[in-house]
Amino acid sequence: MDIFLQQIINGLVQGSIYALVALGYTMVYGIMGLINFAHGEVVMIGTLVTITVAGTMIKAGMPVVLAGFAGLSASVLVCMALGWGLERIAYRPLRNAPRLTPLITAIGMSIVLQNLAMMIWGRNYMTFPPLLPKMDFEVAGANFTAVQLIIVLVSSLTMGGLLLLVYRTKLGMAMRATSQNPAVASLMGVNINRVIAAAFVIGSALGALAGVMVGTYYEIAHYQMGFMLGLKAFTAAVLGGIGNLAGAMLGGVLLGIIEALGAGYIGDLTGGFLGSHYQDIFAFIVLIIVLMFKPSGLFGEKTGDRA
Amino acid sequence: MAEVLLQANQVAKHFGGVKALRDVSLSINKGEVYGLIGPNGAGKTTFFNCMTGLYVPDGGGFTFDGAPLIADAPHQAAERGIARTFQNIRLFGNMTALENVMVGRHVRTRAGVLGAMFQNAATRAEEAAIRQRATDLLHYVRIEDRADDLAKNLSYGDQRRLEIARALATEPKLLCLDEPAAGMNATETEELRDLIEGIRADGTTILLIEHDVKLVMGLCDRVAVLDYGALVIEDVPAVVQKDQRVIEAYLGA
Repeated sequence: MDIFLQQIINGLVQGSIYALVALGYTMVYGIMGLINFAHGEVVMIGTLVTITVAGTMIKAGMPVVLAGFAGLSASVLVCMALGWGLERIAYRPLRNAPRLTPLITAIGMSIVLQNLAMMIWGRNYMTFPPLLPKMDFEVAGANFTAVQLIIVLVSSLTMGGLLLLVYRTKLGMAMRATSQNPAVASLMGVNINRVIAAAFVIGSALGALAGVMVGTYYEIAHYQMGFMLGLKAFTAAVLGGIGNLAGAMLGGVLLGIIEALGAGYIGDLTGGFLGSHYQDIFAFIVLIIVLMFKPSGLFGEKTGDRA
Repeated sequence: MAEVLLQANQVAKHFGGVKALRDVSLSINKGEVYGLIGPNGAGKTTFFNCMTGLYVPDGGGFTFDGAPLIADAPHQAAERGIARTFQNIRLFGNMTALENVMVGRHVRTRAGVLGAMFQNAATRAEEAAIRQRATDLLHYVRIEDRADDLAKNLSYGDQRRLEIARALATEPKLLCLDEPAAGMNATETEELRDLIEGIRADGTTILLIEHDVKLVMGLCDRVAVLDYGALVIEDVPAVVQKDQRVIEAYLGA
């Protein structure tokens, strides 16, 4: 029983991170029908920027709280600028191109950003500075740490804030209008260039936050870390119904839990033949099942032909 | 001499070899209801689309409210004061009626991305004002009791009214209605006529594309007739009705 509870907690933490990243995919897809495969790299750069800024400040003897806050702020700002730049430079010129063109461009941008990060930060694994105190709690035989608790809390609050933004503000209304019909929205006076840029900027800010969480949680980072994280978050977005915000949140958490439970029980189920390091297969089994049986996802609506 | 609000100068638009508009020139005066009629495929909607920036004309251009109308993007036409409804209703189906109208307020308000993220007092006050104005507009077109229903769940007539409310939310100087009476029964058409009269009485100029000749002749101050993309005549209804070329265009004689 306690391993079950333990894995649920681990899955919830991992799932909160997936959910934050998945929101970046789903916001952009919802508004312009593009799968921004470079989003995982934005998250990676968020992590590495935090290492540089916070790590340098801690080495210089500054308080950890200050360093952590500065690292997070720098990472969010850099990623917002990066998201804005990606849209402006890589995707906007292709707005009216066939669907496949921006998709290939997104994959290209992903490779460019990975190599750029490798040139800046090198090929080696980097240690993420400890920004949060190490504390353990125990509930009903399951352990969790302060880091885990904070990840779940902060991501829940952030997602709540995003829902408020999208469903209660003028910008959110313009976003929903644009996602339903860009041509009509612009005739009603919505500047869709700004709305699309806002989707990229907000998605990238969430990605930066997720990047800091990943770093804090695993205490290690690498220029290729965005690839797998991005694929998993994309899977989460598809599971929830891509284009749907609540779907991305639920899909992220569900995927995290499925993965954690899979990793926890795979050894027992296969008589020790497969170990927990096979946990990655679960995300992609989920992806395949969703695509086969319910391609529109849990909350998704049927959409037209979109590549 | 009445003051001209919109002047079209030899507007031309081709689709491949099809000349959808052939050097159409016409002028709409401030405060009038101007009818644009013609058989199917005459180029009425193409004219609308050129004017609102959905299409770029291949020749000629528009002057609006004393300055050239150069619409690279449709939202600029909306900023200048041109709003429209659609022949085939195009609402934001998954948003409520109230939200649809609130989107129309977008162009007349300021708060941007930062305001939305930090929710300062000015942003909140502005959003309250948007909501109030949108509620008033729903009241104006008499569908205020449907405010919280999704647009796609409204009846056909109410959807037409909602489109008009959404267009009015942009505070247009020129309101373009693309076949607003299409699919309406006699009672609904009569109510629509009252609504259009009311909008004109409030000082908004109206460009009306319509198939219902009776409605057009009864409502419009002046009427233009298009046929095969070319302007046949532009005059008061009494003259247009008796014009031999118009009769031929409609009857195919």
